[in-house]
Amino acid sequence: MMVGGTARANGPSDSRPWTFYALATLFGAFLMFLYGPMLVIYVLSFQGPNGGVTFPMVGTSLHWFRDIFRPGMMANIPASFTRSIELSSVVSLLTVVFSVAAALGFRRRFPGSGVLFYFAVASLVMPSLLVGFGIGFGFQVLGWQTDLFTSALGAQLTWTLPFGLFAMFAVVNRFNRAYEEAANDLGATAWQRLRYVTLPILLPGIIGVAMGAFTLSYDEYARTTLAIGRSNTLPLEIYALISSATSPVLFAIGTLTTSVSFLLIAITLVVVWRVQRRRAGPRPA
Amino acid sequence: MSRLARVLGTSSWSGLARSSVPHRAWLDGRVKPGQDAKGAVRREMSARFPRSLPPWLVSWLQVSPLALVLVTLFVLPTALFLVVSFFDYDRVGIYPAFIFDNYHDLLTTPATLRVYISSLKFAFIVWAITLFLGFNIAYFLIFHIRSATVRTVLFLLCAIPFWTSGIIRTIAWIPFLGRNGAFNTILQDLHITSKPLTFLLFSDFAVIITYVHLFTLLMVGPIANSLAKIDPALMEAARDAGASRWRTMTDVVIPLSKTGIALGSILVFTQVMGDYFVVKQMSGGQSASIVSMLSTEIQAMQYPPASANAMVLVLFVAIMVAGMMRVVDVRKELVK
Repeated sequence: MMVGGTARANGPSDSRPWTFYALATLFGAFLMFLYGPMLVIYVLSFQGPNGGVTFPMVGTSLHWFRDIFRPGMMANIPASFTRSIELSSVVSLLTVVFSVAAALGFRRRFPGSGVLFYFAVASLVMPSLLVGFGIGFGFQVLGWQTDLFTSALGAQLTWTLPFGLFAMFAVVNRFNRAYEEAANDLGATAWQRLRYVTLPILLPGIIGVAMGAFTLSYDEYARTTLAIGRSNTLPLEIYALISSATSPVLFAIGTLTTSVSFLLIAITLVVVWRVQRRRAGPRPA
Repeated sequence: MSRLARVLGTSSWSGLARSSVPHRAWLDGRVKPGQDAKGAVRREMSARFPRSLPPWLVSWLQVSPLALVLVTLFVLPTALFLVVSFFDYDRVGIYPAFIFDNYHDLLTTPATLRVYISSLKFAFIVWAITLFLGFNIAYFLIFHIRSATVRTVLFLLCAIPFWTSGIIRTIAWIPFLGRNGAFNTILQDLHITSKPLTFLLFSDFAVIITYVHLFTLLMVGPIANSLAKIDPALMEAARDAGASRWRTMTDVVIPLSKTGIALGSILVFTQVMGDYFVVKQMSGGQSASIVSMLSTEIQAMQYPPASANAMVLVLFVAIMVAGMMRVVDVRKELVK
């Protein structure tokens, strides 16, 4: 239990109940289930040049990683990777700005707040392909060309914004408004209050939303596919590869993209950790 | 439960809860006095800035970018479906009309019913499995892990695969479950089976396994969030009052975590209903999903029947979600 020493001393005993061992076993099994297939593809991505997509390994090599970057391959992985990173960065930035502002706005009831809330829920639960279809179709009706930073960006925002909004609700709920009141009493302007009080307190949550939005966007394919236009993002490029080729190059891409995700998580964790270190006093986890 | 809450509401109890759970004191502070503080801020602000913008207008300005995106990119396209679903079409193009043929054709095709039943079957099985796993994992992490650092690490362990593309995670099962896959090899090496199991891949089994792998985290997250808000003192009070472990679970923990359960269920359910990739990839062509049926129509440029199909699916999902949201007022729980 996460309760402090006092509460535990009050309990019947300090030993673990049987449920702990049962749940720990379940948790361990779940982790194996989660990582088992992933480990298989990580290993298989180092398959020898003559090996296939299943075991046994025919030697080990970096052949399939080199294949990713070989120009003239049917899929252009590096270019689509760059596009994905660019798009996800923009999506992440817009999601943070829009959802933080909206979550602050939702702190009071306003005319239309209920409708907007249900729009956000509906946008989240709408079958993804249909959202992209609707946007692509809309563009077609208007005679516009679908493109990366117009229709695809919009399609991804319909996915990341509700997530960002709901995540920010949780963050904002924990926010004690007395801090804002104190800022007012000390004569802060609305801008100063936001800049020096509200946003710094919400910062760890905001970083979380930024990271979440980035990864949601980076992996998105169902909403984007019908709204992307000519140039593919990485998941769409992978999707195209799956139907045209089965070689360990897919696994190499998987290993590589996972490494990128790990790098991002590590960077974010370090940033959050440093932000927390600069803070004095306890902070909600 | 209500009796428990009343007992805990007395000052001596909340005082005890606060001293024994120091890092949760803010939670208690938020619940009741927070309401008063909000009112105070509002009164204070209107007194201090009589000429500033009315609060509802400030809110409108704050939510306007989000509202603009949702209306133009979600609401309007959905309205477009609705309109186009009544249009007429042939091989060459689509023609404005107001006919019900698209709906009639869709609802009278036996394939439609079959696909809906198949998708619902997957959704229900996956929901049950992810709920079981998600709840137990969340409970384990929140109430059994004593150190906050260990909890964070274990949470991250659950979340890390989520950061790998869903496409990659789906195809990752192929070398694992295949005839000569890792799982069959292990089973045979351990002499559990003598020849490879063939139902593992390209079957309903493979589809369900993949869904569970992809979506369990969507259940763990919201439920853990709900569980973390439960004051452990409540559970101790239940135990002191003589409730069994099971009773505490059904009368205290589960009712207090129903928001998370509902949110997780909505996410998992809609993800399964909206999927077209996993079914196509893992069922080996044996099963279809509603959306894969739809995407075939879209590729054939048959927009009016695709729109009608989309409207029926949207309506169906909306009714299911509305049903789940009736169980718990998600809005009230989220926006405090």
